[in-house]
Amino acid sequence: MSNPSIQELQTGLASASVHPEQPWLLLQEGVTSPWAALVASLQRALQRLLPWVVPVGLIVVWQIASSLGWLSTRVLPAPLDVIRAAWTLAVSGELWVHVKVSAGRALAGLAIGGGLGLLLGLLTGSVRFFETLLDSTIQMVRNIPALALIPLVILWFGIDETAKLFLISVSVFFPIYLNTFHGIRNVDPGLIEMGRTYGLSRWALYREIILPGALSSILVGLRFSLGLMWVILIVAETISAQAGIGYLTMNAREFLQTDIVLVGILLYALLGKLADVFAKGLERYWLRWHPGYQTAGH
Amino acid sequence: MTQSSNTGKTGNPGGVRLEIRGLTKRYGQREVLHNAELTIEPGQFVAIVGRSGCGKSTLLRLVAGLEKASAGSIVVDAKPLDGLSDDTRIMFQDARLLPWKRVIDNVALGLPPAQRSAAADVLGRVGLGDRGTEWPARLSGGQRQRVSLARALVHNPRLLLLDEPLGALDALTRIEMHRLIEGLWQASGFTALLVTHDVQEAVALADRVILIEDGRIALDETIALARPRAHGDAGFAALEKRILDRVLQRPQLEPVPVDTSWPGLPAHGLRWAV
Repeated sequence: MSNPSIQELQTGLASASVHPEQPWLLLQEGVTSPWAALVASLQRALQRLLPWVVPVGLIVVWQIASSLGWLSTRVLPAPLDVIRAAWTLAVSGELWVHVKVSAGRALAGLAIGGGLGLLLGLLTGSVRFFETLLDSTIQMVRNIPALALIPLVILWFGIDETAKLFLISVSVFFPIYLNTFHGIRNVDPGLIEMGRTYGLSRWALYREIILPGALSSILVGLRFSLGLMWVILIVAETISAQAGIGYLTMNAREFLQTDIVLVGILLYALLGKLADVFAKGLERYWLRWHPGYQTAGH
Repeated sequence: MTQSSNTGKTGNPGGVRLEIRGLTKRYGQREVLHNAELTIEPGQFVAIVGRSGCGKSTLLRLVAGLEKASAGSIVVDAKPLDGLSDDTRIMFQDARLLPWKRVIDNVALGLPPAQRSAAADVLGRVGLGDRGTEWPARLSGGQRQRVSLARALVHNPRLLLLDEPLGALDALTRIEMHRLIEGLWQASGFTALLVTHDVQEAVALADRVILIEDGRIALDETIALARPRAHGDAGFAALEKRILDRVLQRPQLEPVPVDTSWPGLPAHGLRWAV
């Protein structure tokens, strides 16, 4: 208390390290020494680590169970074996070949199905005639699960690439179509009327008002489609394939290489996550005007 | 020849002359506007007041060219109005800014690229010169209406239609907006048509206050007060009271026979809940 300025400084330091959402983590009374500040930052670090305790613990238990022979490698390979398998595949270059083939299939299917969904959604959303002509048909077809088509698709296209592309395209079409259609229909009519009174041409009206207004809904459709895209890809690749992650895992299954099967599963998870991060990035960029996507602070 | 160049948009930045002749608008069986007659001189500021649903907004939408009249005509500068006009701009009740465009791009909406610099000028004139790069979601209600005003004025309209643009603002912001609109109107000389339910606003801004009642023009009052007008002024208060009393006067309705077969409230019991 003899030197209030130093005390103020310390209190200031300590309160700066308070967790912004959980200020109660710090006891205000003890904060007079650097020691307390250290304890506080340790507490903070622990808070950060807490969510990781369970997953890391599980992996450790899994590794121990495998090493001690409690868990057969036929059921689950040890985590270290999975990492080793992934490393070997990566070094040999085999991994990238399969990832490239799978990602190529998924993206080609998305481009075809999603592109058609977007175009038709824009068409039926904007022109009453095309809604009457096409929408009820599309709604009927929508109820057929894409996977139920597999036998027919194999008859039509064989077990080639075309079959896989077709399945992915069909399944990503509907989420994008539906959300584009509804996005366009839900554009504030007041804004469209305003645009007309401000002399915008039809095309300018579309570009400046209707498309941006429908964009958040279209992006929701895209995220749905990306989720579906990977699911259908996995099924399509297990039908039969000469390359791709599905081929890698099915092949490994034949030889009881559970470590490679697990690598394949984790790859699918990773690719799915990447696609979602990408879609979220698009949302954050394109919808940066939206208060819901603005990060607090600037 | 000089006549045509005078009425051209860039040739004459002043206001239009507006003649409304026997204007009637029906939606199905319901007549919203009945045989309205009104002449507005170039550069005049006219306020239309009335209760909600009296037909005042319909009149504005007809003048804007957003709707077609059932009968009668609107003549702008001796030419019959046909649809939307480049000389006319509307300021809507809800500012109707595009949330995905920055403030400056909202103001520049519909401007040719060569005139985009004008947007920044006008934004400065409404006092928001430094907010051009903001998203509309970050602005207050009053600021949004100022952007909306700038967006209308950047086209140098010769007829500005204001559809209750200040209805959702607080009293202080509204008085500020009155001064702003009055100043810009005096500087540009456009003809202004303001629809409002606020009699005080009408008296503060307009040269003429028109009351519409049940689709008919019921009152046409010239406001000869000097500008700028002080709200506390005795002449102001007297005029405001007179018009307000007239607005609040029970419209002369034909007696409605009470339907005895209906056991609920009698029809005349509901009359006051308009």
